[in-house]
Amino acid sequence: MTAATEAPVEEPRTVSAAGTAIEIAGLGHSFDRLEVLDRVDLSVGAREVVGVVGPSGCGKSTLLELIAGLLEPDQGTVAVGEQRAAPERLARCVYMPQRDLLLPWLSALDNAGLALRNRGAGRDAARAAAAPLFERFGLGGFESARPAQLSGGMRQRVAFLRTLLAAKPVLLLDEPFASLDAISRAEMQEWLATALAAEPATVVLVTHDVEEALYLCDRVAVLSSRPGRTLVTIDSPAPRTLPRLEVVTSPAFTSARERALEALAKGAR
Amino acid sequence: MSARQGGAVAPWLLPLGVVVALLGLWELAAQWDWIADALKIKPFLIPAPSEIAQSLWDDRALLAEDAWVTAQEVLLGFALALVVGFGFAIALHLSDTLRRAFYPLLVASQTVPVIAIAPILVVWLGFGIGPKLAIIALVCFFPITVNTLDGLRSVDPELPRMMRTLDARRSQILRRVEIPSALPFLLSGAKIAAVISVIGAVFGEWSGADQGLGHLILIAQGQLQTARVFAAVVVLSTLALILFGGLALIERRLAWWEPRRNRRIAG
Repeated sequence: MTAATEAPVEEPRTVSAAGTAIEIAGLGHSFDRLEVLDRVDLSVGAREVVGVVGPSGCGKSTLLELIAGLLEPDQGTVAVGEQRAAPERLARCVYMPQRDLLLPWLSALDNAGLALRNRGAGRDAARAAAAPLFERFGLGGFESARPAQLSGGMRQRVAFLRTLLAAKPVLLLDEPFASLDAISRAEMQEWLATALAAEPATVVLVTHDVEEALYLCDRVAVLSSRPGRTLVTIDSPAPRTLPRLEVVTSPAFTSARERALEALAKGAR
Repeated sequence: MSARQGGAVAPWLLPLGVVVALLGLWELAAQWDWIADALKIKPFLIPAPSEIAQSLWDDRALLAEDAWVTAQEVLLGFALALVVGFGFAIALHLSDTLRRAFYPLLVASQTVPVIAIAPILVVWLGFGIGPKLAIIALVCFFPITVNTLDGLRSVDPELPRMMRTLDARRSQILRRVEIPSALPFLLSGAKIAAVISVIGAVFGEWSGADQGLGHLILIAQGQLQTARVFAAVVVLSTLALILFGGLALIERRLAWWEPRRNRRIAG
């Protein structure tokens, strides 16, 4: 299998019978006169985990907002589950922003269950649905804690649970660990790897950290500096396994990382 | 006194000390007729704090009766301003058109000299509680509405977007995110309104009333019973302080997540 393919050539290796979950073609977007994205092509198979890396300011977050249906593209098309209309995309995607954005007046449990409440579940029903996940994700005992009482890593986990409980087919994660220090980051990557393995969702993960992307994703798309366009997509050499340190120091991983960094450097100009 | 050790006590002690010192000075100045001599007026026009205290005690039945009337006006007028102001702020927040149309009017409402229109309101609404409520609500309305509107508009713009991807409707974003975010602002506005509400009550009663502390002040002034005037003023201030304190308590219970911006730094 070719490790690096020139975009927009697509051969997603994990596309199953379920077909394509996200189809992006010739996508471009500007804010006022600032061109943020230019000719982004990407297709993501159902249940595939795809990373998007690029230099800061290359429009990675904008790309997620476009997929999520929070923005309408200026050029090109975005389809989620073959639906192009923004409300349809919004119905299929859940977007986890960079900051945890937990509501300080709600407990961790109530924060996690927000999507259920929005869909009309009562307070108790939402809590009952969220509580088992707290145990599973190492947050047991912190159900009634307020966000201010939690560490950065725990807040991020609660935010991730809130995202999972929205139970949408597509998860869009925007630099989920950007605000964490290196040690918590490594721990959280292992944690997320486990969490994603158990989740039947399609995932697009945006990060500026090539190693994080290659470790967590099946495939990584490299964007150029602003205006961002897809340069290459690189297949991850290893399946997500534990421990993380063994994976990221393997020769195959190192060479994939070098290819990605090289592409980044070329695209950064 | 070290700042660390004094931190817990000093906030109460310091203003109390100032008040005691000022009252002491005033007492001496009144007892020895310094003020009256300096102003060339009759000494009985300058009541000493002890005489005011005497009046507070002697006139307690009268003061209590009028205070009850004024307290009702203040509470009802304040509640009216709270309900109308909150509703108005939400309406202006939800509609750009409404905001553009009414915001200048909102500011203009605050420039109206309440004391000048109070008599007109009495003519329109009669001598009952109506005009008093209208005047109190008018002075309280502005700080409540403007603060609530500011609070609603200062919500982190990422929060509504996050809520939208969690399938929230507009009304749910308002209820679950925007109103709780605005609550500390609303309560700040309400505290300002509470303090000025008694001023509104006095204006209202001066324009036509047969009871209430404002009315009592007017009568006592006519009879040159200055100690009683001051006694009524003390009761009025106490009313405002109780309302303010109650709101501060509610703020601590309802908006506890907000780091108290003006909280004193205690050791």
